[in-house]
Amino acid sequence: MAYSEKVLDHYENPRNVGSFGKEEEGIATGMVGAPACGDVMKLQIKVGKDGVIEDAKFKTYGCGSAIASSSLVTEWVKGKSLDEALAIKNTQIAEELALPPVKIHCSILAEDAIKAAVADYKKKQETV
Amino acid sequence: MTNFDLETLQQDFFSLFGLPRQQALDADKLELLYRDIQAQVHPDKHAHLADSDKRLAMQWATHVNEAYQTLKDPLKRARYLLHLAGHDVGLESNTAMSGAFLMEQMNLRETVAEAKAVGDVAALDALHRRVGKEIVAEYSQLQQALDGQSLNRAGTLVRQLMFQEKLFQEIDDALAILET
Repeated sequence: MAYSEKVLDHYENPRNVGSFGKEEEGIATGMVGAPACGDVMKLQIKVGKDGVIEDAKFKTYGCGSAIASSSLVTEWVKGKSLDEALAIKNTQIAEELALPPVKIHCSILAEDAIKAAVADYKKKQETV
Repeated sequence: MTNFDLETLQQDFFSLFGLPRQQALDADKLELLYRDIQAQVHPDKHAHLADSDKRLAMQWATHVNEAYQTLKDPLKRARYLLHLAGHDVGLESNTAMSGAFLMEQMNLRETVAEAKAVGDVAALDALHRRVGKEIVAEYSQLQQALDGQSLNRAGTLVRQLMFQEKLFQEIDDALAILET
């Protein structure tokens, strides 16, 4: 199966790989996994006091499409409010990367990772 | 001898081999039954038949092969049993594994990547043994869950094993690269 150019670009030059330091403020983590292929994805967001996502990082162990999907969403969520980030749909990710049907679950994984990270942020805000 | 008609082609894989519909399986028995049926449906045996019958024989050979591959592999067998029971495992859609489990998987994969990067064969070997043991234990729990009709529990174990098998494969691949 051939990867699209955009997938290859994100795969070969993934944006925002890594983790934030534990001591940094406004960090929330979304951890998700795709049983279909055994891929695991960690997406972290850094949220400013104004509720805008300032930065995002990811770590994904999986195929090229899963890495590209997570790399893409770290770019997309930057500068967005939490609600705007939650509005990102897997279909947009799949379309942008021209993912074939068998790789749609990679885009679902990335969408769910954003949702999990935002949920983690909201949970942490409640307990503060 | 089995009747190679369209009706029996619709049978589930367990019925095809005359095996009980359960996770516990006598692998040697399956092997023998498979060889027996395979010999009967081999395309060479049907070279003299009319084209329509040849096509049916070909379908049969494919069906028997798929049935064997599915039942032989414990994870495929479990997924098939859940499918027969109408229980959706949600492999494509269920991304909400337990946080602790995913964290562990993430850590283990980081460990594998690091060990691979520095060529630490001993660390990979130790991990290989550890994950291998876990997998064996999980398959035994899966059999208990499936044959005890705890389908939700079985579904959870199937999803876990999909990650564990992938991890095990990654360790295998890393070792193969380092040892060549």
